[in-house]
Amino acid sequence: MGQEVDLSTQLAGLRLPNPVMTASGCAAAGRELQQFFDVAELGAVVTKSVMRAVRSGRPTPRMAETASGMLNSIGLQGPGIDAFIAHDLPWLRSVGARAVVSIAGGDVAEFRELAQRLGDQPGVCAVEVNISCPNVANRGLVFACEPASSAAVISAVRAVLPQRIPVLAKLSPDVTDIVQIASACVDAGADGLTMVNTLLGMSIDLDRLRPKLASRTGGLSGPAIRPVAVRCIWQVYAAMQAGLLTQVPIVGVGGVRSGGDALELVLAGASAVQVGTAIFNDPCAPIRVRDELAHELAQRGIARFTDAVGRAHATPAPLTPAHTTPAPLDL
Amino acid sequence: MAATSGEARRAQPVTTTAQVAQSRDVGAYRQLTLLAPGVAQTARPGHFVALAIGDERSSMLLRRAFSIHRAAPGEAGTVDVVVADAGPGTHWLSELRPGDEVAVLGPLGNPFPVPTAPTSCTLVGGGYGSAPLFWLAEVLRDRGCRVDLVLGAATEQRLFGVETGQQVADSTTVTTDDGTTGAQGRVTDALPQVLQRGRADLVYACGPMAMLRAVTEVAASHGAVAHVAVEESMACGVGVCMTCVLAVRDDDGCTRMVRSCVEGPVFRGDRVRWDAWQDGLGQVPADALGAPSGGH
Ligand SMILES: Cc1cc2nc3c(=O)[nH]c(=O)nc-3n(C[C@H](O)[C@H](O)[C@H](O)COP(=O)(O)OP(=O)(O)OC[C@H]3O[C@@H](n4cnc5c(N)ncnc54)[C@H](O)[C@@H]3O)c2cc1C
Ligand SMILES: Cc1cc2nc3c(=O)[nH]c(=O)nc-3n(C[C@H](O)[C@H](O)[C@H](O)COP(=O)(O)O)c2cc1C
Ligand code: FES
Repeated sequence: MGQEVDLSTQLAGLRLPNPVMTASGCAAAGRELQQFFDVAELGAVVTKSVMRAVRSGRPTPRMAETASGMLNSIGLQGPGIDAFIAHDLPWLRSVGARAVVSIAGGDVAEFRELAQRLGDQPGVCAVEVNISCPNVANRGLVFACEPASSAAVISAVRAVLPQRIPVLAKLSPDVTDIVQIASACVDAGADGLTMVNTLLGMSIDLDRLRPKLASRTGGLSGPAIRPVAVRCIWQVYAAMQAGLLTQVPIVGVGGVRSGGDALELVLAGASAVQVGTAIFNDPCAPIRVRDELAHELAQRGIARFTDAVGRAHATPAPLTPAHTTPAPLDL
Repeated sequence: MAATSGEARRAQPVTTTAQVAQSRDVGAYRQLTLLAPGVAQTARPGHFVALAIGDERSSMLLRRAFSIHRAAPGEAGTVDVVVADAGPGTHWLSELRPGDEVAVLGPLGNPFPVPTAPTSCTLVGGGYGSAPLFWLAEVLRDRGCRVDLVLGAATEQRLFGVETGQQVADSTTVTTDDGTTGAQGRVTDALPQVLQRGRADLVYACGPMAMLRAVTEVAASHGAVAHVAVEESMACGVGVCMTCVLAVRDDDGCTRMVRSCVEGPVFRGDRVRWDAWQDGLGQVPADALGAPSGGH
């Protein structure tokens, strides 16, 4: 490669040796991926969203492949916070991995309780708050779709966690105005924003003449949603630059399969990048993306990763005449 | 009850790019021989591999799972799979020719548990489900077991490995739904007689869910234990995504939604909650651990 690239990054006081993480729900708690590469080499392992109690999840089929992506309706199957603290966190610590723990709840009290339980656990580098889950108290409307519900969850979590543990709010792209939700979360104390969660989708089986997923609808992920992730990151980063909301780091996620894909999210404004669905295609994807990202930066003569963050927002240099011939209708 | 050993259960999976050594039609199927020494080394009957479709820019992101038909460790190190052309992914695989490359992940899952002492075993395969059974038959015969095979399919073209069966098993019984060859009917119509004749203690089965359920019931009524390989849709194959679950009772009688890719695909038939399986949907039994009270 010739040139050494400094991949280190900073997330609200949390210093990471590189910006690549696993995405929640796509790497369990890291153990299975350890068979393929050392998860301690990643920026962080983001664990599957954990809830208060053990949870069976939804009926199957829970997944359907779609063009360049997939739908899933797992229903947050998991062991519950006690088993997570007893088995998963200690394992992550034992291999030296940085753990970002994702939490999910059906009401504000559940989020608060989960944060409380995690606050005094060793080895929790950050807490990612999955607000893309149904709010039991509000007719099952997803928290992340409403500024007030989002803020209520984030401020409850922030209030009970020690200051040294950053809180990342994970946003849904299925909203009219993502800047408004981002702003509500930051005002409520979010130290960073993870963007984006899956988009709600559906697929129908042409032979059985019924929805492919047993739960009918599911979350769309994979390269198919990357343009949506890039757009969301871009809009929120631009709003921060314009002073419309306090500047906090953005963790980009959505459709990253290669180092080039990761760089795209970074140029839009992400200070770190998560790899999700691509793991199902290649279990080594996160560590490969890290190496490819270093290569992509080196090729462009960018010696420090942080110099690439939000770079696409810089005023574009004037184009050469050949490229500037305006289209008749320049939309 | 026959003791089975848990030795060499889960293997260390590897990811590798394999060259296709051979590709040939076998009845309605395509048999691929892949050069994958790292996979062949530790594979046992019942393990599966996950094959990537297309290159690293393919729009078909998810790997497809295939039982290992047979693995030959050693210098060349080959792994054979039997592919039914059932959709775009399997079609792409069926078109592979010698010299082409395919990304292989395996061996995955738990293999069939094999008895520690000579035991009478009956192996039941439906359609391409028979693919892993001949290799299993050889392993069992090497351990001094009696092996009876029952192979069934909708029609003659969809049977796999009848001739191989005749070479490796003590007896081979064939059924087809349409009577094009063998006895007309289902494998479970022929099974009681085969179990009686062989005085089988162990039954191994691979095929559609409805068949696995019926085989489990027939085996139980003859005092035999069935080990069945299930086929659930899988996104990752390695245990990280939770898509491949089904309801299974544990040693304490508690039902859990377990991952078939790492805790299966081979399960004791009498542990699977067949009552949860209906019309292609795997329900979460109301008494399962963590089942929703009001719906998730
Ligand atoms: C453990 C295991 C062993 C298997 N062994 C064999 C084998 O030896 N030979 C063989 O021909 N097939 C086998 N299958 C089934 C095979 O994986 C599917 O036929 C294949 O994935 C279909 O892909 P497709 O693109 O052709 O079809 P599509 O229907 O277009 O596939 C779309 C999606 O659904 C999934 N899917 C569709 N059908 C199945 C199915 N029956 N089981 C699991 N996932 C499915 C695919 O993986 C893919 O993600 C096995 C499946 C499992 C889980
Ligand atoms: C199978 C699966 C399970 C997921 N589970 C969670 C989860 O528990 N919590 C969460 O915040 N996001 C979850 N996600 C969303 C991912 O973390 C990620 O935001 C999304 O998939 C987009 O990234 P990708 O295209 O790289 O997968 C899940 C995604 C998939 C595919
Ligand atoms: S296929 Fe992902 S957990 Fe089994």
